[in-house]
Amino acid sequence: MLVPAGRSIVPPGGRVSIEPAVEVCDLRKEFIRRDGSRMRGQGRRRRVPALRDVSFTVDRGECVAILGQNGSGKSTLVRVLSTLLLHDGGSARVFGIDVAAKPRAVQRLVNRVSVEASFFKRMSPDENLSYSARFYGLTPRQTRTAIPEILRRVGFPPERRGEPMEDLSRGMQQKIALARALLTSPVLLLLDEPTTGLDPRSKIEVQELVRDMRRRHDCTILLCTHDMTEAEVLADRVGILHEGVLLALDTPAEVRDRYGAETLEDAFMAATGRSFEDEAEAEVHA
Amino acid sequence: MRGETTGALRRELVGFAGIVERNTYLIRRFVWWELAWFLYTVANTLTIVFIAKGVEAGGYRLDVNREMIILLIGAVVWSYLGLVFEIETETVAWERWEGTIEYTFMAPLSRPAHLLGMGAFAVLYGVIRTVALFGLVAVMLGVHFTNPNFASATVVLAASSFSFVGIGMITAVLPLISPEKGAQLGFIAQGLLLVVSGVYYPVDVMPGWMQAIATISPATYALHGIRGALLDGQSVSQVSGDLWPLLVLGVVAIPVGLAVFRAGERYAKRHGSLKRNG
Repeated sequence: MLVPAGRSIVPPGGRVSIEPAVEVCDLRKEFIRRDGSRMRGQGRRRRVPALRDVSFTVDRGECVAILGQNGSGKSTLVRVLSTLLLHDGGSARVFGIDVAAKPRAVQRLVNRVSVEASFFKRMSPDENLSYSARFYGLTPRQTRTAIPEILRRVGFPPERRGEPMEDLSRGMQQKIALARALLTSPVLLLLDEPTTGLDPRSKIEVQELVRDMRRRHDCTILLCTHDMTEAEVLADRVGILHEGVLLALDTPAEVRDRYGAETLEDAFMAATGRSFEDEAEAEVHA
Repeated sequence: MRGETTGALRRELVGFAGIVERNTYLIRRFVWWELAWFLYTVANTLTIVFIAKGVEAGGYRLDVNREMIILLIGAVVWSYLGLVFEIETETVAWERWEGTIEYTFMAPLSRPAHLLGMGAFAVLYGVIRTVALFGLVAVMLGVHFTNPNFASATVVLAASSFSFVGIGMITAVLPLISPEKGAQLGFIAQGLLLVVSGVYYPVDVMPGWMQAIATISPATYALHGIRGALLDGQSVSQVSGDLWPLLVLGVVAIPVGLAVFRAGERYAKRHGSLKRNG
């Protein structure tokens, strides 16, 4: 079931796609939040912008990292691209297909790994992978060979395939999450802070797997993270998203040059006027 | 073009089977919980059916065996409907809790295949559990059937399943719209449906407005038809007066359930409530 590198993307309609992998134009999304008490007549409803006229493209086979603090709009962007959120304005296309107009066609091309591994925790890796592969049309005959092969590739010990997910470490669970995505052969992989909360060793292993996926599967990757090193190591281009606005998107070197910074972290601070320490402090006072 | 349609249909069937497969894994992994819940239902059913014996012991004259069967059917149909609703509604709530909800809703699985897969599993598991519950309680209480028509009762239960699944789809949307209160609202809907349907009493003892609602409740016809089959041995043709409303309600309830769920999903995607909770 694994698709070799160099394949063409054939969207519904049969024509080989020459469109960018991701094309986002003036994308807007707002949420309604209620301040204060939820009792009748109390609490004020207000619109909170999550994405403000965000525009960018990701070329096929490219890895783009979007850097941003918590609440900057990274996860909203991933959710719009994975058809889990409907945007309020602008457009978002995946290989030329509008995510809002033709979600099913987009869903066949995309998969996602998020910060939480998100599995039925009493079920085993085998069971979780098996049922979720069915949603992508993979039959039991196909998964019988594909699941052991993918688990071997992500370095998961075969003797633990039948154990409940809740008995596995976070690092192991995240490897299964990557295996789940890999199993469906996505041409666009959305990674939403895939290594947050992992120990250093697991982090490096997961990053190596991401590199391997890209190398072997001609996969386009959109990585949302607040880990500057991870962005620099994995991505061709780096974007800075702050309060829903995409402030920059360029190669790591050019982003650094643009803000006259020595490191990506310094560039981020110059662009946003904030450091991650500021954010941590703000969270403490919130 | 034909190949594309066949491929799409094949994918839907595989996805439908995936939902059934997933719920089977869950039941297997929670087998002791399921057993405990089954024993609780048995105890609950016994307390209801014993009411007939209690009334007789209080000096009232009644056909105890017949009354026990009436109460047993009410309790068993309540349990069956509860299970169908629970699987349809709780699966969404459960997915939200486990965090898998986003992965299910971003998969290329059509909503009819998703919801009908849950409905099919609910009916399969519900029928097995209902037969076991009915048989066990009947044996424990020594209930005897003079002229039962089990085939006819099964046909009525099967016909009612379509509308129960359709209504279950409508209640399944509640946890999507209201993550905090949705599942509980589903239980309220289930209770309201049964209270107007003559679950332990004839419909005509209720106030007029409740009787009016009873005419559009599939549980009314399911209870009446099953009681006719098991108490009076009515054949399929004799219970057709209950069958056709059930089929009509089923034909209406499933598309309505799908439409309501789609609208709820769209609302959730618009307002960002389709995400992990807990």
